[in-house]
Amino acid sequence: MDWKTLQTAMADQGYIADDDLAMAVHLALALGRPLLLEGAAGVGKTEVARVLSQVQDTQLIRLQCYEGLDAAQAIYEWNYQRQLLSIRAAAEDGETGREVEERIFSEDFLLERPLLKAIRQEKSPVLLIDEVDRADEEFEAYLLEILSEFQVTVPELGTINAVTRPIVILTANGTRDLSDALRRRCLYAHVAYPDRATELAILNARCAGIEETLAGQIIGFVQSLRKEDLEKKPGIAEMLDFASALMGLGIADLTHDPVVLQASLATLLKTQSDRDNITTEVAQRIAGKAA
Amino acid sequence: MSRVTKFAARDPGPAARMSGFIAHLRDNGMRLGVGETELGLHALTHVHAPSPQETRHALRAVCCGCAEDVERFDDLFDAFWMNGGRVAHKTIPTQTPASDHVHSSRNAKGSDADTGAGAPTTPDGDDGAAEADGEGKLMASIAQATMKKDLRDLVQPEDILQAQKIAERLGAALRDRRSRRRKQARKGDQIHYRKVIRQSLSTGGEPLQLFKKRRPDRPMKIVTICDVSGSMTTYAQVFLAFIAGLMRTDTTSDAYLFHTRLVRIAEALRDKDAIRALGRLSVLADGFGGGSKIGASLQQFSRTYARRFVDGRTVVLILSDGYDTDTPELIGEALATLKKRGCKIIWLNPLKGWAGYEPVARGMVAAMPHLDLFRPANRLADLADLERELTRL
Repeated sequence: MDWKTLQTAMADQGYIADDDLAMAVHLALALGRPLLLEGAAGVGKTEVARVLSQVQDTQLIRLQCYEGLDAAQAIYEWNYQRQLLSIRAAAEDGETGREVEERIFSEDFLLERPLLKAIRQEKSPVLLIDEVDRADEEFEAYLLEILSEFQVTVPELGTINAVTRPIVILTANGTRDLSDALRRRCLYAHVAYPDRATELAILNARCAGIEETLAGQIIGFVQSLRKEDLEKKPGIAEMLDFASALMGLGIADLTHDPVVLQASLATLLKTQSDRDNITTEVAQRIAGKAA
Repeated sequence: MSRVTKFAARDPGPAARMSGFIAHLRDNGMRLGVGETELGLHALTHVHAPSPQETRHALRAVCCGCAEDVERFDDLFDAFWMNGGRVAHKTIPTQTPASDHVHSSRNAKGSDADTGAGAPTTPDGDDGAAEADGEGKLMASIAQATMKKDLRDLVQPEDILQAQKIAERLGAALRDRRSRRRKQARKGDQIHYRKVIRQSLSTGGEPLQLFKKRRPDRPMKIVTICDVSGSMTTYAQVFLAFIAGLMRTDTTSDAYLFHTRLVRIAEALRDKDAIRALGRLSVLADGFGGGSKIGASLQQFSRTYARRFVDGRTVVLILSDGYDTDTPELIGEALATLKKRGCKIIWLNPLKGWAGYEPVARGMVAAMPHLDLFRPANRLADLADLERELTRL
């Protein structure tokens, strides 16, 4: 599959990727390298992984990162309760220590977590490591080992090698600067807010049956809203919410009803000060320009 | 669009060109190695390499590592592959567009900084002004530089050594007790199951000894923002030595200078050679001793760098006298925005050490409600005294 085909395949699944992104995804597949996607919140980074798993017709395994995420949650954990019970039972049956040890540190007692699960699939899955910048540096170090070797070492069991290599997608939106070591392991694509034409295509792909004039107005409105001085700029997800809200309310023209427009801004503006900044007059001005 | 570069007939082939390209990027401050050369060649086997556009997309995915790289990549790509045979080093200065007045020290080279690769010097422009290699000077059009000082005359290596010791102690005093990760410890609030099970094997499954886990203390990241405007010139020596020392002991800390604009100096100060670091700094700090725009600079910081580098585990250390040419409200607003990121803000004011000082400068008054700590400091010893206060923070 060359990159143009991939771009079309992604579009069929409802994801409009620009050339850069499509090429980066294509190379990540072709070269077997992890792909790091960076960009503001709400530009569709996570969505890439979901769509890719549909295009490849494979499983999506997701690991949501958070501070304090450790090996026990990300890679594997022993089932301690079962182990304890097992040891007690063994003591009553008079089993020897050696046998017990071998039994309780076997696969049966191992709890798979996303990273281990991802390398043990028959068909290579899409592994999404979401918001990797939320995890701390210690976790980045685990990740480096897995991303370069695709193997996990469990001291009691030995090294588990990957059956198939997962397609790895990492996303980050700048909570913390990632280490150069991690960046160097990955291909990189920066996902920006889409331009007018792309965003219109996304809207048409996601909200089937939206009227042409309304769609144009929505995109014009959201695009100019992003140019305003806002704390949190509306992303694509917000734009889609906005569109569905307007469609649900049965609005055909943005400029008609200032009150409804102001109310539906709840889907776009997510902080108090942004709501205060975009007053009815400002919203009307922007909507007027977009119309 | 310009023509594709024609390489000389004796050119040994694609591999050499690719390594030439990677070297070209490296000379322009991107951090790439042999691995990328190989990966780049591999990538080209998967695309239609004769098409410049496809090659551009492919190499962008391979070579870039952050958003800034992506912005610069097009120019660098054109310079190497698309200029009909000449490798034009003119592209070197066309780095980040000057949309905001913020720039990074990542790629700045001082007057005597050794790039290690013998990068060619940019030809001077025909407007009569000499251009420097680094970004610092090229961006200086907005700065109202009234005088230029070489920081090497101001800061002595002994000071840096002493400052390094102080910085180390301050760093140790700043510990965050809100970690989420747990580590094995003798006393703790959670049971370390893994260890308990392992040990209970020897007692027939009876967990006789309970091992614990607890949250370890985390070091706080220190971000210093130093005012080097005219009114601060006398104190800049102390503060810059302190920052230099801090940067050398603590690899996670970050530093900025401001007068009429904000400059990130973290990378320049990490130079292994302390004196050369100051040389690079001098280039960046063009405009040193000029006017001060505290509000605008802090605002710029809170809107740009702070989003990337400041989190709940950061202490922002502002070294300034609070004399501002901007409206004081700007300072208040900027600090409020900064505070929302969850950081602690400490303001060290050299004037506060004076007898009878009241924070009457309007900027200072506006800043007061947002500060976690407001202390005097005009000697290295004062900074050392901070240790106790910081432990309590």
